[in-house]
Amino acid sequence: MATDIAPSAEVAGAHRTGRAVRLSARDKLALALMVGVPLVVVGGLIWFPTFASIFLSFTNWDGIGGITTAQWIGTENYNQVATIYPPFWPAVKHNLIWLAFLTLVATPFGLFLAYQLDKELRGSRFYQSVFFLPVVLSFAIIGFIVQLMYSPTQGLVNGLLGTNTDWLGDPSINLWAVLVLVGWRHAGYIMILYLAGLKAIDPSLREAARVDGAGEWHAFRTVIFPALRPINIVIVVVTVIEALRAFDIVYIVNKGRNGLELLSILVTNNIIGEASRIGYGSAIAVILIVVSIVPIIVFVWNSFQESEQA
Amino acid sequence: MTSVTVEDTRPIRKRPLSISRVVLHAFLIVTALLWLAPVAWAVFTSFRPYADTAKHGYVSIPRTLSISNYRNAWNQGDIPLHFWNSMIITIPAIVLILLFAASVAYVVSRFSFWFNVPLLIFFMAANLLPQQVIITPVYQMYLRIHLPTWLSSNGLMYDSFVGLIAINVAFQTGFCTFVLSNYMKTLPKSLTEAARVDGASVTRQFFGIILPLCKPAFAALAVLEFTWIYNDFFWAVVLMSSGDKRPITTSLANLSGQYFTDNNLIAAAAVLVALPTIMVFALLQRQFISGLTLGSTKE
Repeated sequence: MATDIAPSAEVAGAHRTGRAVRLSARDKLALALMVGVPLVVVGGLIWFPTFASIFLSFTNWDGIGGITTAQWIGTENYNQVATIYPPFWPAVKHNLIWLAFLTLVATPFGLFLAYQLDKELRGSRFYQSVFFLPVVLSFAIIGFIVQLMYSPTQGLVNGLLGTNTDWLGDPSINLWAVLVLVGWRHAGYIMILYLAGLKAIDPSLREAARVDGAGEWHAFRTVIFPALRPINIVIVVVTVIEALRAFDIVYIVNKGRNGLELLSILVTNNIIGEASRIGYGSAIAVILIVVSIVPIIVFVWNSFQESEQA
Repeated sequence: MTSVTVEDTRPIRKRPLSISRVVLHAFLIVTALLWLAPVAWAVFTSFRPYADTAKHGYVSIPRTLSISNYRNAWNQGDIPLHFWNSMIITIPAIVLILLFAASVAYVVSRFSFWFNVPLLIFFMAANLLPQQVIITPVYQMYLRIHLPTWLSSNGLMYDSFVGLIAINVAFQTGFCTFVLSNYMKTLPKSLTEAARVDGASVTRQFFGIILPLCKPAFAALAVLEFTWIYNDFFWAVVLMSSGDKRPITTSLANLSGQYFTDNNLIAAAAVLVALPTIMVFALLQRQFISGLTLGSTKE
């Protein structure tokens, strides 16, 4: 896949042997700016706020006065979020369901599609385009499509089934109704990533499995899937991060209330609006940091492992 | 939608159609139809006048089709203005992202500094955090950072185009740095070495030699970043308050439930807003997918 973009990789490791080069003052200044400017932008707008979130989660700052009015209150925000903040545990549960659905249903389905389309198949490219289409749509647009499909009186689903269900208004089913379309997008994304991985598998491996007379499922399980290991790690990370980031679609549907609470929504609700509590919002943000740090480390570690091998 | 996706160079061998192949095709055709259904439904609804659907129901054979919903969405939703806003944000953001990412990638891939690996991690990890993790401090910072009024009408980062461009740049630079540094490592070291011997400065090597060679990677990343920034909803919802400055993806929310929910109108607006990304994908599918897979696999 990447071959049409990447020139030959044979010199990939050559730079490691590069000896120290004498740089002029002007060159040094140029290099300092090339690294320094992006460093300040990303440091100031991403990393500084990340640490500020951690700090704020231990204070009672109300966001109105200067930051000097903040008082350290220890883990009080965390205690309160876990005990007297009603939407917290539903949001945790919904994020977990979201993650489980992506991991157990949408991701395997994407892999299944990729595996089928990787066969020498007429029309494979057409199918790929169709399955990939939802990926270019924003989650906001998908939120509107959700409404068009599930509207009680005007929607496609009730119209076809002849039912009267309030799919989006009933808190026992609305999460699942939304997840169907979240999975619709996620599966296409996963399919493309896996297709790239499958193309990269050494054809002789497949031949060997075929000659062995191994059944298709057996060959997949013992030969193909293990060979996909590098991409599997990427897929797991992508899936976890997507589940933590979920926001737009439920915000469009009902601003993330009534069965559609998510941690990301609670953070946002606590910055703007009347009920804002910066301490609560930051405490929940820190929970998101703690959960997302694991896949981030795995991803970063994995990419550097790979470049060592290159 | 017929152009190539993931490139397959293996020849398609003619083979007799086995039962399993027929089953597979049947499965794929049914799945493809189901896959298109949500989009097809939105398009179908968008062409039906409200009166028609009110009378006969939404799941019915259309008596009349018209583009009146599109005309209404275009005018009521101020679509041209919001498209323009999206461009004001997206295009400068892409240029800055690619410039920043290429600069860092160049330093990391051409020189052996001790800080190369920590630097890459610094940028890569920034792109992986959920946006909500930083939003509280960013929001408070934006309310306190002053800009000259020719950059922001209210004199603040908050509710300004500069603010939205900046946060998109900060958030997306990491991904592009990662992809470009891998890409640049594949360019022969001898290219810049020769130029260096000839006395070319660092900037000269960067702009004259490395950047032109990265064109294919830039194309792929630009297509991808266009789609992502254009599709952004979260930053604009939180960091923009004036309705008339909002980019198109966010302004769409205003159409629903203003007076009553007119699904036909919403469908038309959704199709209009989705159109640029669908067109980009249809025309530049190869760039789109290679950008995406470059970030996940390396060969």
